[in-house]
Amino acid sequence: MPTKIENVGCPYCGVCCDDLVVTVSDDGKKILEVENACAIGNQIFHHATTEGRIRLPRLRQPDGTYKDISYDEAVDYAAKVLHNAKKPLIYGFGSTNCEGMAAAAKVAEKAGAVLDNCASICHGSSFLAIFDNGYPSCTLGETKNRADVIVYWGANPAHAHPRHMSRYSIFPRGFFTGKGHKSRKIIVIDPRHTDTAQVADIHLQVQQGHDYDLFDAFRTVVRGHDIPDVVAGIEKEKIIEAVEIMKKARFGTIFYGMGLCHSDGRNHNVDIAISLTRDLNDFTKWTIMAMRGHYNITGPGAVWSWQYGFPYCLDLTKRDIAHMNPGETSSIDLAMRDEVDAFVNIGTDAGAHFPIEAVKHLRKHPWITIDPNICMASEISDLHIPVGIVGVEVPGIVYRMDNVPIQYRKVIDPPEGVISDEELFERIHKRLCELEAEETVKEHVKAAPVGVRAGE
Amino acid sequence: MAKKITLNMITQRSIEEGVAMEKGKTTPEYFEACSIIEMHDDDVKALGLVPNQLVKVTSECGSVIVKTVKGRQSLYPGLAFIPQGVWANQIVPPRTQATGEPQYSGFPVTVEPADGERRKSALELVQGAVGMWRGEQ
Repeated sequence: MPTKIENVGCPYCGVCCDDLVVTVSDDGKKILEVENACAIGNQIFHHATTEGRIRLPRLRQPDGTYKDISYDEAVDYAAKVLHNAKKPLIYGFGSTNCEGMAAAAKVAEKAGAVLDNCASICHGSSFLAIFDNGYPSCTLGETKNRADVIVYWGANPAHAHPRHMSRYSIFPRGFFTGKGHKSRKIIVIDPRHTDTAQVADIHLQVQQGHDYDLFDAFRTVVRGHDIPDVVAGIEKEKIIEAVEIMKKARFGTIFYGMGLCHSDGRNHNVDIAISLTRDLNDFTKWTIMAMRGHYNITGPGAVWSWQYGFPYCLDLTKRDIAHMNPGETSSIDLAMRDEVDAFVNIGTDAGAHFPIEAVKHLRKHPWITIDPNICMASEISDLHIPVGIVGVEVPGIVYRMDNVPIQYRKVIDPPEGVISDEELFERIHKRLCELEAEETVKEHVKAAPVGVRAGE
Repeated sequence: MAKKITLNMITQRSIEEGVAMEKGKTTPEYFEACSIIEMHDDDVKALGLVPNQLVKVTSECGSVIVKTVKGRQSLYPGLAFIPQGVWANQIVPPRTQATGEPQYSGFPVTVEPADGERRKSALELVQGAVGMWRGEQ
């Protein structure tokens, strides 16, 4: 009889829905039904048991085709690439568990690599702003139970975080918000009239790239000063109306997304968003939260900050001395300057999501992809190593967008023989240690004075 | 003379892209979800386009052929949108303002009708860019 597994976590976006119900076939090999998930989460679970999964590592041959190899051979190849490279880059981690991230950091330290995660091209600017200006944030539970005004600024959860609005922000009935959406005001600020804007009480169609100007106008009005008739394409009256709603809130949360981080200004847009939140706290309680993209992209920031003191763009080329300097040690900048000589793509798809110019630079050197599925990165790699899907086939800790850790479980076994990210990195680490030891022995022999025989 | 206009390009997630991406980036669903451009009606008219016509979009670092569609999420005149993904990233400038983050949103592009051209597949674009495209297998 099929088994229903309740309270399953979803390995898609930073909302980390943990109320999924997954029905698994009698033999435990097929996912029959997924309840409560959004369209994207649903697809992830069903895709896991479709035909055509890669079950063995594949090594690129001289004729351009792939040949299946064993995991031992793949581990040996990966370790040798990392060992021989002067400055390898290990990038990704949006879609794996914290255990895998910690194991990968051991490999990076041993190999003297740069260790970076998807925040580098996503919410990295948020880190920079948070370092400078603090992070007056809260948990999603607090928003659900307390917030009566919600602002989405440069974020479109209807598309990118499909259940964010129903679980935490607009629609749910919380402890102090028993009337659900009827008692909440929603303000959306976006250059497009997005599907999220459709459910807003106020939509301010800001001129693209002028968010900083608009934040500045908001701050000016909050502090009781006059502003020009139009700022960033928005009329003064509309700005004042929005600010009045925000000042009268009992509890408010600003959720912001890539509209701030991907546009001109980057971290400065986030910085002033934090300053606006601080200003509003002179009147009432306001909080701010980054709409983190992947279900565990908050994870590497937590894990690596604990291990090394930095959340992303970690330069470990000096092994146990870490340093971080986005612009210098960030993946895209390293790629464009041709500063790395090997690339490991793990739990992401740089082939599809990096600007193609950066892909071209990285592909001049050995490229290894670690991913359960065929993706653009796997199709231009020298080596593709399949792994189990976290949250479906592999359990582990993930961090939700509000930095709350959640234990994910598995609902089925991975395809026979397929290992986890964590096991793979542990094996690569072990092989790297062996290679290092072999080299030390060779150097020791080489260093012996010529003409001196053993025993003399 | 062929019409050509300059627009401000943004590339962000769409749910269609998200669903198709999880199904697989080599699927027809991903192709249809991502190899498209949305513009304001005024800009579509200025280019003299009919629905579903192909256009060539060119930025400071490359070009891509995509299909004009009328999106559900409207833009103001002068703003254009390609969903994040393989096609968008053919033209996204890798400059990062020293933050590590490329200019995914807010970069100038020219858009012109691309009669007689075709949309390339995701694999052809990515493998082609790095000299690994061996034709449809």
